[in-house]
Amino acid sequence: MAWRDSRKNRSRLFLFTSSIILGIAALVAVYSFRDNLQRDINNQAKSLTGADLTIDSRKAISKPVMAMLDTLGDQRARQLDFASMLYFVKNEGSRLVQIKALEGNYPFYGEIETTPVSASKAIKNGRNALVDRTVMLQFKAKPGDSIRVGKISFAIAGYLDNAPGQTGFSATISPIVYIPLRYLSETGLVAFGSRIHYSYFYQFNQPEKIAPLLKKLRPTLDREGLDQETVESKKRDTGRSFQDLSRFLALAGFVALLLGCIGVGSAIHVYVNEKIAAISTLRCLGVKAWEAFFIFLIQISFIGLAGAVAGAALGTGIQFLLPLVLKDFLPVEFNMQVSWLAIFQGILTGVIISVLFALPSLLSVRKVSPLNAIRLSFEPEQAKKEPLKWLVYLLILLFVTGFSYLQMNSWTQALIFSLSIVAAIAIFYGLSLLLLGLVRKTLPAGLSYAWRQGFSNLYRPNNQTLMLIVSIGLSTALIATLYFVQGILISKVTLSTEKTQPNMALFDIQSSQNEAVAALTRQYHLPLMTQVPVITMRLEEINGKNAAELAKTDSLKAKPKGEENERRESSSRAFKSELRATYQDKLTSAETITSGKWTGRLRSPSDIIYVSLDERYADRINVKVGDKIQFNVQGMMIPTVVGSLRKIDWVKMQTNFRIVFPRGVLEEAPQFHVIMTRVPDNKVSADFQSQVVRNFPNVSVIDLGLIMQVLDELLGKISFVIRFMASFSMITGWIVLISAVRSSKNQRLREIVLLRTIGAKGRQILSITAIEYFFLGLFSAAAGMIIAIAGSWALAVYSFGSDFQLPVVPVLILFCSVTLIVVFTGMLSSINVLRRSPLEVLRKDS
Amino acid sequence: MENILNIKEVSKYYQSADTSLTILDKISFSIRKGSTVAITGPSGSGKTTLLGLCAGLDHASAGSVELNNVLLDQLTEDQRAEVRNRYVGFIFQNFQLLPTLTALENIMVPLELRGEKNIRPRALELLDKVGLSARADHYPVQLSGGEQQRISLARAFSNTPAILFADEPTGNLDGETSEKVIKLLFDLNKEAGTTLIIVTHDMDLASRADRIIRLKSGLIVGDEQKMYV
Ligand SMILES: Nc1ncnc2c1ncn2[C@@H]1O[C@H](COP(=O)(O)OP(=O)(O)O)[C@@H](O)[C@H]1O
Ligand SMILES: [Mg+2]
Repeated sequence: MAWRDSRKNRSRLFLFTSSIILGIAALVAVYSFRDNLQRDINNQAKSLTGADLTIDSRKAISKPVMAMLDTLGDQRARQLDFASMLYFVKNEGSRLVQIKALEGNYPFYGEIETTPVSASKAIKNGRNALVDRTVMLQFKAKPGDSIRVGKISFAIAGYLDNAPGQTGFSATISPIVYIPLRYLSETGLVAFGSRIHYSYFYQFNQPEKIAPLLKKLRPTLDREGLDQETVESKKRDTGRSFQDLSRFLALAGFVALLLGCIGVGSAIHVYVNEKIAAISTLRCLGVKAWEAFFIFLIQISFIGLAGAVAGAALGTGIQFLLPLVLKDFLPVEFNMQVSWLAIFQGILTGVIISVLFALPSLLSVRKVSPLNAIRLSFEPEQAKKEPLKWLVYLLILLFVTGFSYLQMNSWTQALIFSLSIVAAIAIFYGLSLLLLGLVRKTLPAGLSYAWRQGFSNLYRPNNQTLMLIVSIGLSTALIATLYFVQGILISKVTLSTEKTQPNMALFDIQSSQNEAVAALTRQYHLPLMTQVPVITMRLEEINGKNAAELAKTDSLKAKPKGEENERRESSSRAFKSELRATYQDKLTSAETITSGKWTGRLRSPSDIIYVSLDERYADRINVKVGDKIQFNVQGMMIPTVVGSLRKIDWVKMQTNFRIVFPRGVLEEAPQFHVIMTRVPDNKVSADFQSQVVRNFPNVSVIDLGLIMQVLDELLGKISFVIRFMASFSMITGWIVLISAVRSSKNQRLREIVLLRTIGAKGRQILSITAIEYFFLGLFSAAAGMIIAIAGSWALAVYSFGSDFQLPVVPVLILFCSVTLIVVFTGMLSSINVLRRSPLEVLRKDS
Repeated sequence: MENILNIKEVSKYYQSADTSLTILDKISFSIRKGSTVAITGPSGSGKTTLLGLCAGLDHASAGSVELNNVLLDQLTEDQRAEVRNRYVGFIFQNFQLLPTLTALENIMVPLELRGEKNIRPRALELLDKVGLSARADHYPVQLSGGEQQRISLARAFSNTPAILFADEPTGNLDGETSEKVIKLLFDLNKEAGTTLIIVTHDMDLASRADRIIRLKSGLIVGDEQKMYV
């Protein structure tokens, strides 16, 4: 029965379900991607770390601890890595790379991928190196060529194709070069102040021993400031870093789906309304109220199921596209497989959603009286006070919250998310009502008939105007916000390409070389834009308390669980991490004092040392003006007092420091210097770089232009993914529009035929129809834009800390295109109606 | 007196796959300006079809229809729309008001389509005549069937048509309301001197007309002229 009843309307119902199809497709694609990624991370975690246990340090490990570490594991290896310039002897090219000086059989799992394969062994027996493939191609180097690192040369054994845990993206930002550890000291690069990262790798024949061992070691490791990583922790961390991405994608998919739900709900509403005559006839023939309801319920569930299955199939197809875009960020080799779990979840969601959102309209089927068959009356809709409907609305809210909980694993966040969706829809609803009311009030009476009729058509009985404005507006808002945010991000990045901004940084300059490097820069007619000293140090005590004591007092305070852990972690990390500070007597143009008083110079050695902190950093480590901080400057304890906080404009390309000392304190401390300059073109850049490397092998040069380019590419890819997801909601909004136009076809037909009969010309009818859609498009675009502009403004000001300038031209373009698309779609789907003969007015009874 | 409508040998066939269905078979008659004519006949006899042809809503398969000295057969749809807008008024069994317009706005539509200015007073006057001044700003759904039909009467007369077609105007109304609407129709008609063509089953209503044309199976089977006393 249910199936037979759907026969005539199947194609229309299919259109309704296209929104389900798209939403489910988005969801299944994202779920499959997530499942596949999780599986690949689990399978490949061992080759990501390359060892069972890794211990990391930012400084050389003390002898006794080292002696203890040397007893761990069944196999050991170690690696020192640091940034340095790589110099190609043959063509004098040079570039900043990450040097990894390796000793031992690392990696124990997986491998260093090289071409030829044998090259990975070659660095164990001789002065050979493995050089990142892209860098080799960039400088047209071949295996066998000579490179120089610091003071000595190595022969290139082969192309480095992939290092353990490396992503395509990290390879571009800091390409890797492997050299044997035993030649490291000869390079002369391990000087005081060089930032070296020490890693010790261990392989265990019985991995189950690691956890208890670590438990025993932890106090020692913590005291020494060492980090440890196991296969398990790597799995967790890698998974976590992709969690945000896949959560975002899942939520974007879910929003697209919700938009579709609104479409489905309203489509069913119209469908049921049109079916009233048929339903009442059935009732006359003896069908009970609940039976009538179930006939439709079964119908909708089957159609929902069909839509969900189609969507799952589409989504499974789409998931193969996601890794194409994302593969540069993925640390694992990605093997796409059909995820049956994702497909099942998607289909289930689809069916639940179609039934849930159809229920409010379906419930009124029970209320259709058999009397309607005899006398079709213009009875106003039944009173809205149906308790069952409220139950359904509650169920929908519960479902949305429950679903978001599954995505976010936090009830608070899920509740906030679903409430903000409700709020967003309410705001849209209110905004649409406001716009409609405003225009209705202010529409000049002198306006031509077509305009007034077109506008009043938005109010036809059973109209879906508000629903359309909400769904088209919502997708417009989504697209516009994404566009604006992208604009904000890009404007932050492109600032640096302005002529007055530096585009090259030279660092690791020793004090003794400082003058000579500056002279070389001048010799190339390059401006010395910044020239600052850098001193590395660590936090020792804040207000007389060290890391351990602070952690203890923190934990004593009663705080919500999550917050407490976060806080403790951040303070212990603050103590562990290496800080880079400078000293200067004046503020730079990027700095402004926000509280306290700036001190530029220490008068006498016995004076209190007032330092200035970046306000954000001060906030993070929880200190105020007047607090005491003791710094450990490479073994020497320096007590200071926070004298002032500074606000830093990070957009300006400058060397900015969290901590600034006055002059007269750190002049004698071990330090290196940074020089920033601006090179006019790539040629000068290359010449200058190779000259610097030849004269000062320890100095590193960063070509910021190159980094900008990579960042640009990265942003491009991210925004592509975002736009890809947003386009789902856009298409869904569009389908909702089409089906709404379709569903109001009968009403439209009656109106048009009537107008024709009483003498309207084709042109008049056409313009009335166009004007109706024009208003619809206008309101949707306006509502969407208002929300998008407000949202982007808030994001710009509160999240990115920058001004929001309204991109007038894109706004206008987007505004006009949304309006035009709506008019075009409306006209296109009404075209058959427009061609109807006026005779039908006499035929169509009722 | 001169004729406002001349129907000559008009036929209407519907061609389906293999058979041809004749709905109207070479019908001819003329109608004098200012007269009132009732067309009656059993259901399916072709009354509505005939009305549609007379009003230029459809093309005849053969024969010619001349309305107010204009031959409709050669006109395009837009030109016929223009003729309807100028000379023709309509009343339907199911009222056919535009649901998105108020009562008053519905009355103004024919004038608006003509592009006339300052039409509100005239529409208000008509609204008053049908006794619904108080409902000017109400939408069709807010009105009863009888009230809707009265609005549609006002609309039909708003462009002072030369000829008015009514297809079973009381078909959807109960007896008492029918009576009221019919009285109003004839009163307005007398005042405006419009030619009136009513299709109806209702012999009571038909008997009020000057002339009754009886239709059966697409043929005219009776044509009585009422004699004035
Ligand atoms: N489009 C059409 N195709 C085929 N037959 C039609 C069509 N429209 C009407 N008819 C037929 O023409 C006949 C006359 O219809 P109609 O003029 O509506 O009769 P009445 O108004 O007298 O009841 C009917 O038998 C009807 O079935
Ligand atoms: Mg009829």
